[in-house]
Amino acid sequence: MTSSRPEASQSPWEMVDAPRRQGRRRLWRLRKSPTGLLGAVIVLCVTTVMLLAPEIVPHDPEKIDLQQRLVPPIWAEGGSGTHVLGTDQLGRDVLSRIVLGTRVSLLVGLAGVSLAMLTGVFLGVTSGFLGGWWDMLVSRALDTFLAIPFIILALAVIGVLGVKGGNNMLRLILVLGLANWVIFTRVVRGEVLAVKERDYVEAARAIGQRSWRIMLGYVLPNVMASIIVLSALQISTVIIAEASLSFLGLGVQPPTITWGIMLADGRDHLATSWWLATFPGLAITVTVLGFILWGDWLRDVLDPRLRE
Amino acid sequence: MTTYLASRLLQMVPSLFLLTVALFVLMRLGGDPVMHLAHPEASPEEIAEIRAAYGFDRPWPEQYWKQLLMMLRGDFGESFRFRSPALPLVLEKLPATMELALVSMLVALLIAIPSGLISAIYQNSPLDLAVTAISTLGRAMPNFWIGIMMILLFAVYLEWLPVSGRLETTSIVLPALTLGTSVATSLARILRSSMLEVIRQEYMTTAKAKGLHRWVVIMGHGLRNALIPFVTVFGLQMAWLLGGSVIVEEVFAWPGMGRLLLNSVKVRDLSVVMAGVCVFALVVMATNLLVDFLYTTLDPRIRYSS
Repeated sequence: MTSSRPEASQSPWEMVDAPRRQGRRRLWRLRKSPTGLLGAVIVLCVTTVMLLAPEIVPHDPEKIDLQQRLVPPIWAEGGSGTHVLGTDQLGRDVLSRIVLGTRVSLLVGLAGVSLAMLTGVFLGVTSGFLGGWWDMLVSRALDTFLAIPFIILALAVIGVLGVKGGNNMLRLILVLGLANWVIFTRVVRGEVLAVKERDYVEAARAIGQRSWRIMLGYVLPNVMASIIVLSALQISTVIIAEASLSFLGLGVQPPTITWGIMLADGRDHLATSWWLATFPGLAITVTVLGFILWGDWLRDVLDPRLRE
Repeated sequence: MTTYLASRLLQMVPSLFLLTVALFVLMRLGGDPVMHLAHPEASPEEIAEIRAAYGFDRPWPEQYWKQLLMMLRGDFGESFRFRSPALPLVLEKLPATMELALVSMLVALLIAIPSGLISAIYQNSPLDLAVTAISTLGRAMPNFWIGIMMILLFAVYLEWLPVSGRLETTSIVLPALTLGTSVATSLARILRSSMLEVIRQEYMTTAKAKGLHRWVVIMGHGLRNALIPFVTVFGLQMAWLLGGSVIVEEVFAWPGMGRLLLNSVKVRDLSVVMAGVCVFALVVMATNLLVDFLYTTLDPRIRYSS
C-alpha cells in the first residue's frame, strides 16, 4: 500500500493521475496472465448468469413433465432438441435447473465469505492489536477450531440446530461463516502484529488517538490487501462446502434448486442416466476453477507474500 | 524428548477444554435436556422433579463441571436411536474410518511424491505443465463428484469394482482413490515448490560436483530436505482428509464414523454427535503430534530439548 505513494519528484498532476495509471497497469498484467484472464472471464460469465438467471432459462426449471422423463442430452442417442442437457427423473430441464442453481451457490458463497471475513477480521485485528488475555483467548480458540475439520464442525452445529425447519439458507450461511473465520483471523492477526510496530502507529498513539481509531484508521487499511486476496480465494472453498453440505442433505432443502441437491438426486439414477450427476458437478468445477484462477492472480498482483 | 512430549500434551489441554465448553454450550442450545427425559404428558411438577433429580436446576458452571467429569469417564450419554451408550457406538466404527484414511493417505503419497518431484526436476516442461494443470483442476473438483464419476466409470460402465459397501477387499479401492486424489493435488503442489527451493541450494551443486549419480543427488539430498515443509502440510491435510471421509463414506456407503455421525445428525441423536465430534478432534490432534515427531527423523537439526 505504501509503495503506491507518489515520489516527491513527481509533478502534482502526475500525483493526481498516479492511481489511475496504476489501475491500468494492473489490468495490463491481467492480460499478460492467460490463466488469470481465463479466471476473470469465468467469474464474469457466472456472475452474469446468476444475475440474469430467471430471464435466460430455456424452460421453467420446476415444471414437471412425466412424459419427458430422463431424456438424454441433445448429442446422445434418444436426445431431444428442446432439452439440451436432458431432463431429470421428473422431466424437468437440467440446463434450466443448473442455470437457476447458480444463484444459491454464489449468493450463499458470497454471504458465507462475508460473514467469515467480518468475524475473522474483527477478531484478528483486535487480538493482534490489543494483545493480553483477549489475544490469548482468541489464539486458543484458533487452535481448537483448527483441530476440528470443517465438515465435522458443520455437523455438530447443524446437529444441534436441526436439519428441518427454520430458515435453512440463513443457517447454512452461519455455519459457513463459523467454519471459515479461522483463516482470516490467523492471517490478519499475524499482519497486525507486524503493522502495530510501525512508526505511524507509534505516532498516532503519541498524539493521543484512541485504540479503536488507530485500529480502524491505521491498522485496517494496511492489512486490506491480504483481506481482499483471502476473500477471493475463500469463495471457491465456500462454494464447494455449500455444495457438499447440500449434497449430504444438510444444507439448503428442496424445492430450492442447488447444484449439491441435483448431484444427490443424480446419484440415484447413475446406472441409467449419467448426465444427471455429471453436469451439476461440471458447473461446480468450472465456477470454482474460475474463482481459484482469478484469486491466484489477484494474490500475485496484490500480495505475493501469501503464496504458499 | 520426554519433556517435549509432555509440553506438547500440556498444550493440548486448553484446546480440549475449549472444545468441551463449546460442546456443552451447543448441547444446551439444542433445547432443554429435561424435555428429552420426561414423557410427553408430564405435569409441570413431574418435570421439576426430573430437573432436580438430574441436576439441571443447578447453575451452569456446576452443570458443566458435572458433564466434563462424565465426558472424561467416556460417558456421553445414551443414543436414543440405538438405546445404548454413545461412545462405544462411535469407537466401533473407528477402525473402518482409520482403514480408509490410512489407505487414502498412501494413495495420496504414491501420487503426490512422484508427480511433485518430476514437475520440479523438469520445471516448465510439458510434463510439469500437465501436473500443474491437473492439480489446479483437482482443487476445483468437489471430492464427492470425483467419487460419483469414479462409480460411473469403474463400477457402472467397466464393472471392474464394486459400487459401494465394505464386503469385498476391492471395496476400498474407489473410496480410497477418491479421497487420496483430492489430497494428492495439494501435496504435489507443495512438494513441487519446496523441491524447487532445495534444487537451488549450494549443497545440491556440491553433491553433483562430487560426481554422485543424478538420482542419488535428487533422492538423498533433494527430496529429504524438501520433505520438511511437505510433512507440515501433510499433517494439516490429514485433518482435511478425516473431514472429507464423512462425504466419501456417504458416497460409497462405507460403514465408518463419518456415516454414523451424518445419520445421527439427521435424526438429532445428539449424544452420538457429540461423542463423534470429540473422537474426530482427538484423532486429528494425535495425528498432528505424530507429524511433529516425524520431523526429528527427517531433520536431525531439530531436537526437542527446549
